[in-house]
Amino acid sequence: MDISRRIVLHFPPRVTGQPVVYHLAKDFDLTFNILKASITPGEEGLLIMELSGDQGNYDKGIEYLTEAGVKIQSLSQDVIRDEARCTHCGACINLCPTIAFSLEPKTRIVLFDHNKCIVCGLCVKACPPRAMRVYF
Amino acid sequence: MSKTIAEINEKIKRGKAVVVTAEEVIDIAREKGGRQAAEEIDVVTTGTFSPMCSSGVFLNIGHSKPRIKLGGGNVYLNDVPVYTGLAAVDVFLGATALPEDDPRNKFYPGEFNYGGGHVIEELVAGKDVRLVATAYGTDCYPRKKLETWINLKDINNAILFNVRNAYQNYDVGVNSSDRMIYTYMGVLKPELGNANYCTSGELSPLLNDPFYKTIGIGTRVFLGGGIGYVAWHGTQHNPHVLRTDNGTPKEPAGTLALIGDLKQMKPEWLVGTSMLGYGCTLTVGIGIPIPILSEEILRYTMVSDADIFAPIVDYSEAYPQRKPDILGEVSYAELKSGHITIQGKDVPTASLSSYPKAIEIANILKGWIEKGEFLLTEPVAPLPGIESGITFKPLKERPIDG
Ligand code: SF4
Ligand code: SF4
Repeated sequence: MDISRRIVLHFPPRVTGQPVVYHLAKDFDLTFNILKASITPGEEGLLIMELSGDQGNYDKGIEYLTEAGVKIQSLSQDVIRDEARCTHCGACINLCPTIAFSLEPKTRIVLFDHNKCIVCGLCVKACPPRAMRVYF
Repeated sequence: MSKTIAEINEKIKRGKAVVVTAEEVIDIAREKGGRQAAEEIDVVTTGTFSPMCSSGVFLNIGHSKPRIKLGGGNVYLNDVPVYTGLAAVDVFLGATALPEDDPRNKFYPGEFNYGGGHVIEELVAGKDVRLVATAYGTDCYPRKKLETWINLKDINNAILFNVRNAYQNYDVGVNSSDRMIYTYMGVLKPELGNANYCTSGELSPLLNDPFYKTIGIGTRVFLGGGIGYVAWHGTQHNPHVLRTDNGTPKEPAGTLALIGDLKQMKPEWLVGTSMLGYGCTLTVGIGIPIPILSEEILRYTMVSDADIFAPIVDYSEAYPQRKPDILGEVSYAELKSGHITIQGKDVPTASLSSYPKAIEIANILKGWIEKGEFLLTEPVAPLPGIESGITFKPLKERPIDG
């Protein structure tokens, strides 16, 4: 069975130089889509990705990462927009790190692409009518 | 050619009035020419939907048995304190009031999840609101404690009275410091990371009537989804500012005080609002009809985003320190393109005022007028104009122990 999960990987300094993601894809036949990355050599790195593949391979891949010293956090939280509360003001547009919000040029309606959201939470408190909500 | 408000009202009653929004009028008038457009169009509708802090509600909650004198006591609605310095059971609920145990900015930036604006929204939505009061007790008002649910439909009066709404133009907020700041202009990222603006531009009521030639005291308006009136010029009304050749103010200028019966308003148009690190407020929907009495009035309504300029203000330094410096001027056309250039830097823009909702308001008002449900009023007195000499004064501090 194929599965697809969004996960956050924390790389301690000693792991950041190693090609773990390369092995993850190659050795376990998994596909990944990087949603956000900030890795500076010699420091802790952070990688948010959507990882997909066969359930068995997925589990083995996660095991491999854990053994390599990577800390894994699953993105089980979700941010959803309460459409009835959104006033389409636009206050969120330039705050989102993954550009999940965009403006429909003619109507100036604010579109929210849920797939781009990495649940950072920035928009949740910055949305004036509190239309963006975190679900656990 | 000229028309009177009475003539326009006759057409409205017969369902024959020609009504367009302040956005639609621009193309129509460009195509037909001002003279012909002014003859054909009777009313132009405007709209705005923005956080407006100087908003609030006077409530008369009715007399309990035995009676209690809330005046001079302490009263809370859903834990939000209201002003009681009035008669026995009149109170004033302000949009920015906060529960006493709200941590404010103690844990910076404060979240301000619930305040006066939210109570107003819940009242309008028909929800029960918890009233808790303590009073000192008198011979005629012996009771000292009251705890009860109240509901908008049961109380005697609920009068929305906003002493400053519908600013005629406003600043564009930016942040030149090296840290994130949390302002009433939204979250501003460091090093000119973003720029926020806050009017509906070419749809904004007072930008379509720059010299207050039709909007005056007594003008009937769309307020919070119901009907309201212009009660007065708003606080900080400042007609004497820099203006473009066609009269459009280039900085915040006129304002309106608006009044209306909360009981006929709707929660979609009075939304409790939280500004991260700043406070609570109320987002208010306003729409004002402009009667096209002459070609001159029509020409003012043709104002487009390209003709409206706003000052760029640094909210990390110039604004808090009340320095006059601005970082430049930009047109609304540039602001709405999504990017502006400040000091050679490309800065993404966003609005705090909802343009889609402003259009919706202008269209609702248009529908009311077309159906003959909303008649225009003749102002009973004009708003103070440039000739009034009114200026916006800063506070001159005078030491008390001097
Ligand atoms: S800040 Fe909130 S209300 Fe405004 S557009 Fe974004 S989600 Fe909608
Ligand atoms: S939580 Fe909000 S700001 Fe963060 S990624 Fe999702 S949409 Fe963007």
